Amino acid sequence: MAATHDAAPPLLQTEQLRIDYHQRGGSVTAVQDLSIVVREGESVALVGESGSGKSTVARAMLGLLPPRIGRIEAGRILIEGKDVTAFSQPQWEQLRGHPIAMVFQDPLSFLNPVMRVGRQIAESVQRHDPDVPDAAARVAQLLELVRLPASSIRSYPHELSGGMRQRVLLAIALGCRPKLLIADEPTTALDVTTQAEILDLLRDLRQRLGMAMLLISHDLGVVWEECERVYVMFRSRIVESGGTREVFSNPSHAYTSGLIKAAKAARNSEGRFETIEGEFSTTA
Amino acid sequence: MTPAPSPTTQPLLVLDRISKTFRIGRKSVLTAVRAVSLTVHAGEIVALVGESGSGKSTLGRIALGLLAPDEGSVAFDGRQLASLSPDEFRELRTGMQPIFQDPTASLNPRRTVRELLKQALWKTPGSNESRCIGLLEDVGLRPAAQYLDRYSHELSGGQRQRVSIARSLAMQPKLIIADEPLSGADVSIRGQVLNLLLDIQRSRNVSYLMITHDISIARAFADRVAVMMQGELVEIGRSEQVLRTPNHPYTKRLVAAVPALG
Repeated sequence: MAATHDAAPPLLQTEQLRIDYHQRGGSVTAVQDLSIVVREGESVALVGESGSGKSTVARAMLGLLPPRIGRIEAGRILIEGKDVTAFSQPQWEQLRGHPIAMVFQDPLSFLNPVMRVGRQIAESVQRHDPDVPDAAARVAQLLELVRLPASSIRSYPHELSGGMRQRVLLAIALGCRPKLLIADEPTTALDVTTQAEILDLLRDLRQRLGMAMLLISHDLGVVWEECERVYVMFRSRIVESGGTREVFSNPSHAYTSGLIKAAKAARNSEGRFETIEGEFSTTA
Repeated sequence: MTPAPSPTTQPLLVLDRISKTFRIGRKSVLTAVRAVSLTVHAGEIVALVGESGSGKSTLGRIALGLLAPDEGSVAFDGRQLASLSPDEFRELRTGMQPIFQDPTASLNPRRTVRELLKQALWKTPGSNESRCIGLLEDVGLRPAAQYLDRYSHELSGGQRQRVSIARSLAMQPKLIIADEPLSGADVSIRGQVLNLLLDIQRSRNVSYLMITHDISIARAFADRVAVMMQGELVEIGRSEQVLRTPNHPYTKRLVAAVPALG
């Protein structure tokens, strides 16, 4: 899958992106001055706490900002070198799933509760490849890829466990043969042992399919294990970026180092838990 | 069943061979808790760790007297819950207070912080504004007067959790049973709330039974850790020992699954 030339444009790039939310009472800036790059085959993380703007970024990458409320005020989004900033919804439809697909934290809100899982996966396959000769065979192949039993096609979402639902979501995403998977907190709602299975599956899929991943997460442990590069977001801005090992072992920004200490959930020499103090504190 | 023995020798909470099953539909039965025994001593912090469906929350509800066990008994402060009259139970139960995961759900949205606290102070009628302010200061909401007239939707998630902790403290409890009190919180807030719980333990000699799925928190916060799997207690011991050198295969799996920061 490494058949790209060095000159090939990145899969995803944003340039000084600014996104505001407008409501009757006024407007707030959710994302500002955001420049990120994801290249083919890369695994990149966007970390931050609630309200930092990371999910807004994920939504904007797929043209999913709430209409009229969320607006791109400045900057550009480039997908495979093409400027999609001003794309209309029908234009976005062409891009969703391929080259970029997305999985969410809560699969139940995405899946149709009254449609069998097999049909939902088949829809995704046919949408991007209407002439597929044998959709059923492709669905079976996708189920195997996400390590679900073949019998799952007849299940309804409510009959499946949280981990299995996340696998269905992945199968739907993979049905579009994405080059980049945006995963917005994909394991946050899962138990740790299930989380480990899903992360293992994602790693395997990335290797086998050469797929890139942009992982949106608040869990620094997961990011440490899964991602080569990381962007740290705080109050709508990127405050630090670089190789995950470098950034986490030697953070240059005070917020990043506070976040890492807090994430370790260890007590310091005075028996206290680490908190983030000063200008970067989030008052509880 | 001897009434009120010396509290130093007697554990504060004794769960003795607790079992609980639930009926699902007409045919099937789910055993949520199976013959679990657990004690919490005065001033001690015990963490109850397990994944969803392990029965840890059911056990917490049984300890609080919110659910009756099918088998086994609960004793708090030397007295069997099952042997008490409703009035006695009501009185004893003030010494054992819950904190839940979602403070938005446990705080009445139509009451101000002042009303919420006054309600919790029912044991001491005529308690005035200064008691409310004292409680808010104890949980780190300062200046307290600023918070008295707010409704819960006007508070941040961390502030809301502090108000529900203040409500628990109003009862002057000996034991706080906290069911996933941090799972909705960001890491930066997590540290602040854990420090607050430690401060309360020190200043009021409160014990905690903390129900959590987060092993790193259990390790750092608790004196002892109990691990539950599918309704059974599979391992219990000093936190460091259980989580650094686990014995049971499930505990090993659980510890290995936690992504560690290098």
